[in-house]
Amino acid sequence: MEIVVLVKQVPDTANVGADAMKEDGTVNRAALKAVFNPDDLHALELALEMKDKYGAKVTVITMGPPKAVEILRESLYRGADNVFLLSDPKFAGSDTLATSLILKSAIEAKAKKFDIIMAGRQAIDGDTAQVGPQIAEKLNIPQVTFVTEIESIKNNTIKLSRLSDEGTEVIECKTPILLTVEGGFNTPRSPRVKRMFKYTTRVKEIHSVIFKSIETKNYEPNQNSVNQMMKELISEHIIG
Amino acid sequence: MANFFDDNKDLQFHLEHTDLDDVITKLENNFTENKTYDYAPRNLKEARRSYIEALRVAGEITGTTVAANAEAVDEEGCHFDHGKVEYASGTKQNMKLLLGADLGGITIPRQYGGLNFPTTVSTMIIEMVSRADASLMNLIGLQDIGETINEFAEESMKAKYLPMFTKGEVTGAMILTEPDAGSDLQAVQTKAILDEKTGEWKLYGVKRFITNGCADISLVLARSELGSKDGRGLSMFLIEKDDTVQIRRIENKHGIHGSPTCEIQFNGTKALLIGKRKLGLIRYVISLMNGARLAVSAQGIGIAEAAYREALKYAKERVQFGSPIINFPAVYDMLTWMKVQIEGGRALIYETCKYVDLKKVYTALNEHESDNKEYRERAKKYSSIAALLTPLSKAYNTEMSNRVTYDAVQIHAGTGFMKEFPVERLSRDARITNIYEGTTQLQVIAAIGGILNGTYEELLKEDYDNIKFPTELHNLRETLTSIRSMLNKCINVIAEVNDKDFMSYYSRNIVDMATDLLIGYRLLQFGIHNEHKREIAKLFIEKAFANTLKLSEPVMKRNKTAMENRDIILEV
Repeated sequence: MEIVVLVKQVPDTANVGADAMKEDGTVNRAALKAVFNPDDLHALELALEMKDKYGAKVTVITMGPPKAVEILRESLYRGADNVFLLSDPKFAGSDTLATSLILKSAIEAKAKKFDIIMAGRQAIDGDTAQVGPQIAEKLNIPQVTFVTEIESIKNNTIKLSRLSDEGTEVIECKTPILLTVEGGFNTPRSPRVKRMFKYTTRVKEIHSVIFKSIETKNYEPNQNSVNQMMKELISEHIIG
Repeated sequence: MANFFDDNKDLQFHLEHTDLDDVITKLENNFTENKTYDYAPRNLKEARRSYIEALRVAGEITGTTVAANAEAVDEEGCHFDHGKVEYASGTKQNMKLLLGADLGGITIPRQYGGLNFPTTVSTMIIEMVSRADASLMNLIGLQDIGETINEFAEESMKAKYLPMFTKGEVTGAMILTEPDAGSDLQAVQTKAILDEKTGEWKLYGVKRFITNGCADISLVLARSELGSKDGRGLSMFLIEKDDTVQIRRIENKHGIHGSPTCEIQFNGTKALLIGKRKLGLIRYVISLMNGARLAVSAQGIGIAEAAYREALKYAKERVQFGSPIINFPAVYDMLTWMKVQIEGGRALIYETCKYVDLKKVYTALNEHESDNKEYRERAKKYSSIAALLTPLSKAYNTEMSNRVTYDAVQIHAGTGFMKEFPVERLSRDARITNIYEGTTQLQVIAAIGGILNGTYEELLKEDYDNIKFPTELHNLRETLTSIRSMLNKCINVIAEVNDKDFMSYYSRNIVDMATDLLIGYRLLQFGIHNEHKREIAKLFIEKAFANTLKLSEPVMKRNKTAMENRDIILEV
């Protein structure tokens, strides 16, 4: 079973200071601590629970500035098998349409055989809740939103619960499918220190593939080339 | 919400200044383990970095979830229904998070899935857990029985049970105490009966006051030599919880509500012998206890740290007579002394940990290469230092924890007596620390020998007499020399009087003086690094001097009033 989890690094809007907004009214990301979007963390936890239960392979994808690699590391420490960072100056300022196109392309390129795509219900910076559903549309697969729990996955059939206005709906449907996950219905696990040691001291485990609008770059799996890659990305990237 | 490692400068200071290079290199077999285990460090730098990372993870979990759950855990307590014990819901969440983060087998070797960390680092984690929720420390700290299994059990038992601990699948308990065998464990009556035909041991008897007695895997002290009366007839057994282990009740306690304290009846429980028969108390329990004593020392510091921070915060916020109360001498006197005692206690415990680590690595080396003279001598030396410092640390830090939480309530005044403020809980939780795993009075008995036989003086000579202190610290060093001379005079008086009761009666005075002196030296050594540590050392040593005058006086005068006239005083 292949699960793709879409995550986002977001400014920590729970702890906002006076310099949180720039003059043009956009978020001053530099002034806010960057955190793992809470709903996405719950989505990752749900995916990892499926990994524990069914041995699913979990691939995590994020789009963002180079710094967003932090949440990919976090994902690896928690148990993800594979992570991808999509980063390019041209991605800056993407709206939900652009973002969903980019993520859809990445899913097609990097996780061709997925069974389930999971994302948090929404991100705490934009609160749109649109990216997940748009990706499902673009991939032409069914979607279930506000998911709270997965009961079982058997023979390409997934049984799950979702929140509705009246209460909880229990739904059965076929995979492949996209789910957006409601926060607060599971306790995200902590990073595992053994995996931390493994991935922080051995960068070779991170196969970072960077999509640029005109080229794809593959880096040698060692500390030096990752440093080089980060340097290039940071120098090219406009944070915003 | 804080990270309990990132927000604790003193803990970071100790990690940086505890000289563990030799310990780490030996523990890591000269960094050869990474060929087999992908999470093993390749050099000292990576090892140290891995400690910091693990401490950060533990600091995050304890500083956020565990700390936030503490009040509810205290309020809810443990549940007991028809022989079944259930933790408070917050405790369950805490355990799941900590054990799920690989923090279940911190000091266990990697071949069984552990992190292979030094005791110094695991003790820091224990301290942070205790700061967040003292009752959780008992459950997490008891994972330590894995260490005893590792040290003394057969390979097949290690291979079976240790991975359960390192995977976080099981909790542990050490089942020693009985209704008539508390401090005096030689009186243990629980029977272990060997079925000669099957070679199987079975346990019968009742145990009381057992922390986490509902654990999945426990170590039990029982009488294997039927008819024997003393400690030499006792052996150590491993049991798995099953229907023959009947939990009769759990205690309704003053503090540490999140930790279930059980009364247990064994009705023919299948048991596996650990190590050799008859060595249960005299060898294995001592080792198990020493580990637990270190953990309880850390528990004392953790609780004190939490109480001090609450008191400091309150003293800055609370305004009386037009000023925050922190500005009043009576209040900052308490606060500064709390802080100094905590940093003093930390100086002692991490120094103790270093020697415990040295003892462990050299004992292991000595077992592999028994003809290596250096290893043998070092193992012996570090064992006797660890045996001296462990009870000193337990006595000091748990008494200190009680003093600090007492003053923390005092600073809060009436508010601190109310359940709404954490210091109320902290003061209750601290109260058990100087009782269990051996009361302070028993720690004094365990430590006095090493002070009277010269181990202590030898340690001071080797560790502190050759340090070049900067000129501005010379006065303080002189004060320490005076304390040392008063202590040595008292030790001479004890020898001259040559009376067991006199020695026993004044052991506490001697132990307290020796503890102050050792902490004083260590703090002075830290004073070389920065101004804060210098002032901490100064206040500690000034007070230690006054305390030594008070403690040495009756010994020097050879006062025996209570000894000779206790019947008259007590009217018995």
